[in-house]
Amino acid sequence: MTKPTVLVLGYGNPGRCDDGLGPALADRLRRERIPGVRVESCYQLSVEDAATAADHQVVIFADASVRGDAPFEIRPLEPCTDTAQFTSHALGPAGVLGLARELFGADTAGWALAIRGARFDDFDEELSSEARTNLEAAVVFLERALASSWPIEKAHPRTSRTTWK
Amino acid sequence: MSNVQSKNAPTERIVIEPVTRVEGHGKVTIHLDEERRVEEARLHIVEFRGFERFIQGRPFWEMPVAVQRLCGICPVSHHLCAAKATDWIVGGERLTATAEKMRRLMHFGQIFQSHALHFFHLASPDLLFGFQSDPLKRNVLGVAMEHPELARQGILMRKYGQEIIAATAGRRIHGNGAIPGGINKNLSLEERDALLADHEQMLQWSRDAVELAKGYTLDNLADLADFGTFDSNFLALVREDGALELYDGGLRAIDADGETIFDHVENHDYLDYIAEGVRPWTYMKFPFIKSLGEEKGWYRVGPLARVNTCDFIDTPEADAARQEFMELGAGRPVHYSMAYHWARMIEVLHCAEKIGELLRDADLQGEELTVQGEGRKEGIGIIEAPRGTLFHHYQVDDDDRVTLCNLIVSTTSNNEPMNRAVTGVAKKVMTGQPEITEGMLNSIEVAIRAYDPCLSCATHALGQMPLVVEVYDAAGRVLGRRVKGGA
Repeated sequence: MTKPTVLVLGYGNPGRCDDGLGPALADRLRRERIPGVRVESCYQLSVEDAATAADHQVVIFADASVRGDAPFEIRPLEPCTDTAQFTSHALGPAGVLGLARELFGADTAGWALAIRGARFDDFDEELSSEARTNLEAAVVFLERALASSWPIEKAHPRTSRTTWK
Repeated sequence: MSNVQSKNAPTERIVIEPVTRVEGHGKVTIHLDEERRVEEARLHIVEFRGFERFIQGRPFWEMPVAVQRLCGICPVSHHLCAAKATDWIVGGERLTATAEKMRRLMHFGQIFQSHALHFFHLASPDLLFGFQSDPLKRNVLGVAMEHPELARQGILMRKYGQEIIAATAGRRIHGNGAIPGGINKNLSLEERDALLADHEQMLQWSRDAVELAKGYTLDNLADLADFGTFDSNFLALVREDGALELYDGGLRAIDADGETIFDHVENHDYLDYIAEGVRPWTYMKFPFIKSLGEEKGWYRVGPLARVNTCDFIDTPEADAARQEFMELGAGRPVHYSMAYHWARMIEVLHCAEKIGELLRDADLQGEELTVQGEGRKEGIGIIEAPRGTLFHHYQVDDDDRVTLCNLIVSTTSNNEPMNRAVTGVAKKVMTGQPEITEGMLNSIEVAIRAYDPCLSCATHALGQMPLVVEVYDAAGRVLGRRVKGGA
């Protein structure tokens, strides 16, 4: 199987402690320069991410989680095209995929990588020790998954098929 | 998803939480008289303003990066404004040609993408479907489903602007391209060619956007004439020759008839001309022109103010569009709040033209990136951000640490105008109506959105700011409550 082109999009606010887990993961992966993998980071998802997503076969949205399992969870995403769930002020990963499909005809597959954080309420650019541990696990997992063939389930036995919007 | 709760008077209560499609959140209260007519409406900001205190004690050279934490929406404007202020602190305010043109390119990219996002994705649902249309489709995906080409253009214009920011600032969010006294990179030929490849398409879409905004305004002129329209003063930067100026220039203020109040005021003299008032019901300040006093000295900033205030625009297509726009005022400035959209698209066209000029300028590949001179203890920078005039003012101690930080952001300057627009629209759509509907309340939001407010900036808060809309009767009782799921 030919490995697809992959976009890893880490998002969150590095100024709010563990909310910066997504960009931290992106920083780590960017240094690895994995062939066929583009890495981007941002504070929050926006409409133009749909155009970027449409250029790839797979997008992995990496974000911090407040209540999910540690060290991380990874789940497939379904594109969201329910207008009742949209605002123009903020966009979720399923909405990005929905716009990519509606406007650019893309059938990009999406995955949500939720890395468990512990500290979110302070103004600090340091990750907590728990978050750093969880980040390491996510980086090791993703490096292995990106180096192997898709689908991602084969790389992570605890992958849930539950749709996560 | 909307969640509406209401009961009958006198205990009926309506709240909207939050108002969507503004950048950040606040609160609107609408006060009725004994005849249930709208007496007054107020836009409140409910979070504490603290960034200026938070930044004290930090090294001044951190400011161009640190102040971007004010806001995830328009960090480039804060980045450049802080850089302009700190240029003075290092004695490097006379930039090299490469540094100034790189900063201008970054700024045009920022305004281009910000205006495109606002028009195509924040405002267009109201303009295309109507203020009181089905709220379930009055959003970005609703536009995508029914007007896919427009939605696609908006996204790609936004993306193009972000690519300019990434190429000039180092990254599209919270870059570090501008530093005190200059920049830290030039534009490579590879970056230039990639941006030039898409430029003609961006220029054409900008022309189309002007036509769309113009058509909307002229087609709906009768309705818009009393929709948040009122006389005001205007404030903006202008170039020495009176041209529209977004990056650097002198302050010009005009009155409601277009007469000059002051002109070509140097950035460092701003405190002699502008003061800030406070009111007990909001943390957001109320700037005003000192010579006119707080009651008469309030003014509008942003695209409408800039197009009204300048003598001309130094790019041919945008200037032709400006001349057509000014006919709306019949010899006076244009005072329609909803004309902000048309003015905003004229600026998009101007930015597209300037981006083309700059990309073909060899100075962008120059090697002289920074200058330094004799250091100072104070620096003031003023820039025209997408939403209007932005002021950054710093003082530093002998250890180069910030001891004073004063920011006047554009949404703060538009505070009084937004309050007037909210009051006017509330009176227009709610007076005499037996029931307050979602559509009426969205009309109030439409008036706020015309100003493209960034409320997170305006309060300098770091956190979530829900916007609540409440309606009160003459006895001060809350008449209703609405709750909207939002950001």
